[in-house]
Amino acid sequence: METILGRFRNLIVLAAILFAQIIGLAVQVKRPAQQGDTRLIRVWAVSAITPLEKAVVNTQQFFRNTWFNYVYLRGVRRENRALRAQLDQMKIEQVRLKEDADMARRIQTLLAFKEQYIDSSVAAQVIGTSGSDQSRVLYIDKGSQDGIRTDMAVITPNGIVGKIVQVFPGSAQVLPINDQLSGVGVALKNTRLQGILRGAPNGTTTVQYVMADERVVPGEEVITSGGDRIFPKGLPVGKVVDVSPGKDLFLNIRVLPSAQLDRLEEVLVVTKVSEKAPDTQDLGPIRASDILAQRLPSLPSQPQTDANGNATQPAADAAGAATKPAGAGTVAGSAGTSPAAVPGTRAPGGTAKPTTASGTTAASTGAANGSVARKPVSPPMAGNAASSPASTSGAGTVTKPPATGEAEVTRPKPVRKAPDENAPVPAPTPAQPTPATDNPQR
Amino acid sequence: MTTPTMAFRGSLTSRDQIAVYEFGWPAVIFIPLAAIAIQAFLPVRLRFFPILDLPMMVVIFFAVARRNPISGCLTGAIIGLLQDTLAGPAHPIGMYGIADTIIGFAASSLGVKIDTENHGTRFLLTYIFFVAHQGIYFGVAHELLRQAVQWSWPQVAISALANAIVGLFVYGFLDRFKQK
Repeated sequence: METILGRFRNLIVLAAILFAQIIGLAVQVKRPAQQGDTRLIRVWAVSAITPLEKAVVNTQQFFRNTWFNYVYLRGVRRENRALRAQLDQMKIEQVRLKEDADMARRIQTLLAFKEQYIDSSVAAQVIGTSGSDQSRVLYIDKGSQDGIRTDMAVITPNGIVGKIVQVFPGSAQVLPINDQLSGVGVALKNTRLQGILRGAPNGTTTVQYVMADERVVPGEEVITSGGDRIFPKGLPVGKVVDVSPGKDLFLNIRVLPSAQLDRLEEVLVVTKVSEKAPDTQDLGPIRASDILAQRLPSLPSQPQTDANGNATQPAADAAGAATKPAGAGTVAGSAGTSPAAVPGTRAPGGTAKPTTASGTTAASTGAANGSVARKPVSPPMAGNAASSPASTSGAGTVTKPPATGEAEVTRPKPVRKAPDENAPVPAPTPAQPTPATDNPQR
Repeated sequence: MTTPTMAFRGSLTSRDQIAVYEFGWPAVIFIPLAAIAIQAFLPVRLRFFPILDLPMMVVIFFAVARRNPISGCLTGAIIGLLQDTLAGPAHPIGMYGIADTIIGFAASSLGVKIDTENHGTRFLLTYIFFVAHQGIYFGVAHELLRQAVQWSWPQVAISALANAIVGLFVYGFLDRFKQK
């Protein structure tokens, strides 16, 4: 016995070490598929036991089925007739329920819609990787001491990067979107088709679960849909570079990420995302004429100046969409693009807020926001938000105190006009040059 | 018990070429740690770096220098497990551990039989062991854990070539820490 142990000592040690590691693997690995996060050791144990159990159960089932399906059939004909009648009733009820479900879905979409905004973020430096081709995780230099938690979104000004999967006191592990375990809810910007962005073992990213009969063209932008509850809606993800038929009637849409995932140095961790329901309290039924008037070219109002020489909020624009005063010392101008509409402009600052953000915040978002705020008023949208989703509900204004140079973006609420059935649609007025105060570059 | 004579039985080289080396404890501790740290942090700046496997080279180096299979097993297991800890959630701890354990055992077993001081032998050893390492990793990931990993012969061949070339320089550097 001793001789055998001594002779095969090396192999025994090798087997023991490998066995220990395989058991370790089995203990920690979970099968995520049908088993529902079951540990591998349990899967193996069950796999060893179940064949015997299956044999017993199948035998029992065979005799049971033989008896009930071929021998004991008393009353089956009567029961079949009753079930057919019940099926007809159910079909009628199904039609009615389907209508109700469709309506409920529409109402749910209207009422439960919430806009997400990045409230705060933490800048972090990429300090390491897994060092392996098989795993693409990154390490950043911020951890739980800096407020980082798992499942926080990691972004760059160009696009999303990934999410936090593990947090340590002074560092955190990021699962990038091109890792094979990653999954991000995305939407195609133009067609609004939604899918799941997944990484592949070779580092590419594809959008899955888009039906094969949909038309998707290369070059289309991909943005986050917000459905994963990790990434705020509307953040840039990448561009479609290739579309090919996939399996199971779905398209295989390859996406080139906007963020350069293999050359990351600094990233932003989104530490707080706030949800804001659209303000619908003041909105009554909007007349078609109001909407039409807002979309037609109109005459921008001349800014009024107060005693201090600061420009003030202009009167209601020619379209008739009156706005509340945005505060003293404001200059009517083009509204900054809403962060929700152009997420990339708020991502760099990280602290940028929606159109109600303070001037300091708007200025801190850098040149991207600043350039938007300094745009001159475009004739078709004079006095109104340029591309904000709220452009039909109110005019956006930009304040730019000359002393500090900070821009304040506010979104005044519209004042509803009394319904006037006879009110004519205002005729389009020719666009006039924007006042000099609107454009600080002049 | 295995005697030195038994260990060298079947050797393809003379006994003079089968020298058993030892290492000081700082080298034993810090060389693997340095290899793992470099492997983890250099890819941030060098995109191609993940195709190299410095910890595996260290495992091979220690294994063939000590020529002790048990020592090779343990060295491979420890370095592999350390490497596993840095990987992501798709990479359970033990995958590199298993691969490096087998490589350590095989390298030390082979080191008993052939001269591993020669550059050509080192090149071939690293090339073959890298392919074997990738194969073991793929087997564990694909067969044992049912992970969606892909096997690409061209990629493995090129990576093995790169590792074999870099390995010559790494082994040349690590030779300085050898103690007879």
